[in-house]
Amino acid sequence: MLSVYNINVWYGAIHTIKNISFEVNDGEIVALIGANGAGKSTTLKTLSGLLRSRTGSITFMGEDLMHMSAEKIVEHGLVHVPEGRRIFQQMTVEENLDMGAYTQPKETIAGNLERVYAQFPRLKERRRQIAGTLSGGEQQMLAMGRGLMANPKLLMLDEPSMGLAPILVEQIFDIIKGLHKDGTTILLVEQNAQMALSVATRAYVLETGRVTLAGTGEELLHNDDVRKAYLGG
Amino acid sequence: MEFLANIINGMSLGSVYAIIALGYTMVYGIAKMLNFAHGDVIMVGAYICFCSMTYLGLPVIAGVVLSIIGCTVLGIVMERLAYKPLRNAPSLNVLITAIGVSYFLQNAALILMGSDPKSFSSIISLPALRLFDGALTISATAVITILVCVVIMVALTLFTTKTKMGKAMRACSEDRDAAQLMGINVNGTISMVFAIGSGLAAIAGVLMCSAYPTLMPTTGSMPGIKAFTAAVLGGIGSIPGAALGGILLGVIEILARAYISTQLADAVVFAVLIVMLLIRPAGLLGKPVNEKV
Repeated sequence: MLSVYNINVWYGAIHTIKNISFEVNDGEIVALIGANGAGKSTTLKTLSGLLRSRTGSITFMGEDLMHMSAEKIVEHGLVHVPEGRRIFQQMTVEENLDMGAYTQPKETIAGNLERVYAQFPRLKERRRQIAGTLSGGEQQMLAMGRGLMANPKLLMLDEPSMGLAPILVEQIFDIIKGLHKDGTTILLVEQNAQMALSVATRAYVLETGRVTLAGTGEELLHNDDVRKAYLGG
Repeated sequence: MEFLANIINGMSLGSVYAIIALGYTMVYGIAKMLNFAHGDVIMVGAYICFCSMTYLGLPVIAGVVLSIIGCTVLGIVMERLAYKPLRNAPSLNVLITAIGVSYFLQNAALILMGSDPKSFSSIISLPALRLFDGALTISATAVITILVCVVIMVALTLFTTKTKMGKAMRACSEDRDAAQLMGINVNGTISMVFAIGSGLAAIAGVLMCSAYPTLMPTTGSMPGIKAFTAAVLGGIGSIPGAALGGILLGVIEILARAYISTQLADAVVFAVLIVMLLIRPAGLLGKPVNEKV
């Protein structure tokens, strides 16, 4: 479904992504794990067109994304829920969801909204509330709901558990499993390697801009190096 | 009665400031830049209207429409050529560029139109309103200016809260990258805001020159600065703030002129701004942003 081959990305003078290649197949949850600064978020930003790779290729469902504008990439169904939620704080919950559906034809929006509200009843209760007043967990739900409004074929989640209490982390991962079961393919970036590997079909370990390990979630969960570096022994 | 007349004249002048301030504030909101050339767009708008009526002999309405179209195009071109290449440059560079664009427009007008003041004939030829047996006279220009400002405010409020493009504009103002991830064309949206702001500046220019009929290449600079002050007073980035700030500023200016001193009127206006900012640094309706993490 998504195939990334040999990409190299610079942030100004800093070479942050070095020859990364990976794949996401239809129906998978693929996790990218790694420490701060390993290049996980940069990889997602490159896929969604906010940053550009100088080399290699990115192909999504047969389309070349290397030169496609960020707007067109969303239209093609590759949807990025950014790190730190980045919801529109001064707009209402429902306006945020409307923005998520920006590329969608008018007829489908009402149906999508019902689906998102069914998934996140909390958002329905607070639909008229200003998004900036939501709690952290609710803001994360809004960010994910907003992503779902774009009818993603592949949903990219960047650190969905960041800054949330353990019970909310569980809840967010339950939602991720639920979305996967309903047929959404997911590319998950996480620092919480334990949680990420336990839901992932396959995973890649990133270290200072390189892919250093790859395998199924199960394999990596029991890999000694991964245990030492990311799972606390 | 005289006081009431002053208030109404102040509101009329304030409406002009408000319409200009809307352009300032919307552009600041989305592009995070102060477009100091905005005042000069007013002047260009007034000249276009003046030329089409005086030299081409077109009717008033055609002059106004041409002026709006001309300024809208000018706004888009200005953004594309001068500001878009600096989208990721430090804000000081953009500010200096804006001042450069301002001088460019003033000097272009100087070459094309000459330095002698043109006398702008009011586009509003309706008789003045006489109330209370002639004790209170209000010029039709003042009434129409206030009405136009109200219509613009209502239209902009509806646009930003009800339409898809308007909501996308607010989304871009808040978080450009996130807006892009929604599939919003950020460059197109910024272009649209410059177009709307400059179109409004044309309307302001025509209305202003109807009330104060001297037209020179520098006509736009002082109202531009006042409108910027109004936008800051109301809370820069806030659309209702620009309207409130503009009207308040107009009323203060006219009252200061009538009861304090004509020479000191501008000083009073800026003194009010300074005091206001000491008390409420974010402006009247500007909200200090509290982000939840």
